[in-house]
Amino acid sequence: MVVDDTTSRLNMATSVSLGGTPLGLTLDLSSLEYDGDVILENLHLQLRPGQFTCLLGPSGVGKTSILKLIAGTLSLKNRYSLETSDGAPLTGRVAYMDQKDLLLPWVTALENVTIGDRLRGLKPDYDKARALLKEVGLEGAEDKKPGALSGGMRQRVALARTLMEDAPLILLDEPFSALDAISRHNLQSLTADKLSDRTVLMITHDPLEALRLGGEVMVLSGHPASLTKIEGLPPATPREATDPSLHTSYTEILSLLQGAGDIDA
Amino acid sequence: MLDRLFRIFVTTGGIILIWAMITWATDLPRFILPGPLLVFETWFAKFHIIWPHLITTLSEILLGLLFGILAGGLSALVISVHQGVKRWVLPVLIASQAIPVFAIAPLLVLWFDYGMTSKVVMATLIIYFPVTVGFLDGLNRTSSDWSNMAGIMQAGSSQSSALKMWRLYRFIKIPFALPSLASGIRVATAVAPIGAVVGEWVGSSSGLGYLMLHANGRMQTDLLFAALLTLTLVSISLYYLINYLLVTFLNWQSEQETLS
Repeated sequence: MVVDDTTSRLNMATSVSLGGTPLGLTLDLSSLEYDGDVILENLHLQLRPGQFTCLLGPSGVGKTSILKLIAGTLSLKNRYSLETSDGAPLTGRVAYMDQKDLLLPWVTALENVTIGDRLRGLKPDYDKARALLKEVGLEGAEDKKPGALSGGMRQRVALARTLMEDAPLILLDEPFSALDAISRHNLQSLTADKLSDRTVLMITHDPLEALRLGGEVMVLSGHPASLTKIEGLPPATPREATDPSLHTSYTEILSLLQGAGDIDA
Repeated sequence: MLDRLFRIFVTTGGIILIWAMITWATDLPRFILPGPLLVFETWFAKFHIIWPHLITTLSEILLGLLFGILAGGLSALVISVHQGVKRWVLPVLIASQAIPVFAIAPLLVLWFDYGMTSKVVMATLIIYFPVTVGFLDGLNRTSSDWSNMAGIMQAGSSQSSALKMWRLYRFIKIPFALPSLASGIRVATAVAPIGAVVGEWVGSSSGLGYLMLHANGRMQTDLLFAALLTLTLVSISLYYLINYLLVTFLNWQSEQETLS
């Protein structure tokens, strides 16, 4: 036990070791309706273990509802099933990152990163939190309150908080949509780097963002919406947006999204 | 800051000057309107008489604040945790504000005697409402995004749901509501002296309100004014002291967002 402890501490000095074996997830949804209007029908979404999946779609198509179903903050009775690859329940094994940073303005960055442990009544691991803040490029900002940080820095703190949860499944709800172009680009690279071996489901509006980060890219469109998987993507992520082989995929995504343009208008 | 002090000095100085000119020009008898100079003279000369009454009233106000804030804070928490309670209790709370405290003051004196208790109850009643409403408003305005985030973080944790709820309040809802609580306490501090003094008017043997009635009955209008001056100074200092404490300890918002 003592030896184990020392090894983990030594590992921590270089990079924070995270997670166990990645988790796979299958979501089957028979129907989702709002005020009698069927938005989603017979949806089958599979997240492969360790895969970064991007879900694209126009607003109002039901992307966030899917994310909330998986997160457990939206419950439908008997109209969906969630199956994990290891058969155990999903409860408590999800981390969620919103497009808003949701930082608590009255505590420091460090305390924001450790909020999960305190909400669970556990003693926070401040060493790990510091190391994570350092990894997202916020060394020296640990004791600053969110009000003193820029939008990009705040979203970095939110990313560190999400990583701190150390969950097998990570849900990202348009996490970069409120940022300027440069911060967005930097945070995309950082996220791709930090979440490379995790099972991730990210929602986005932006085809280029999906093509940069997604190991798998799916488009949700139509009414009721159906899923289309984009085939033939180069395997390595993050991809460069200038990569010419992405051009056909980009055109395909745009035409899929425009086909559903009447919903967005 | 210096600029503000200067303005306060000029306005109050102006009012005192007008007051002095009125008494000088109209030559009213001193038991109708004593001049400012006479009031200040009386204030210094009879401060040993005013002092014990000041202590009584100040104690009533402070105890009223203490009990009012405790009761109001607790009520807001209970109502916020059990939204069912809210539907039953909040209408009654709001309706109770339609009853003027002045009207129930005689009852309170009847029930709690002439001593300090009835005045403390009176002040507590006046303070209770703004504190409850302010704090409750803050607790209810906590973003549901935060609650959802906390829910995801707490899911699968083995602690009881009561403990989860407590930690949600302890780390998110209560800190978020503190500035609203502070606004409530600020309003409460401004009205607390009214409760104490009205209680003293109805029946007492000590306190600034008692002293004012007593002086009035004996045509000692200068002493009445001196007591009034004391009460004003106490109220203003108390307000600024509480405001300072609130800004220092309860507010996480930037200072320009708060009233000061």
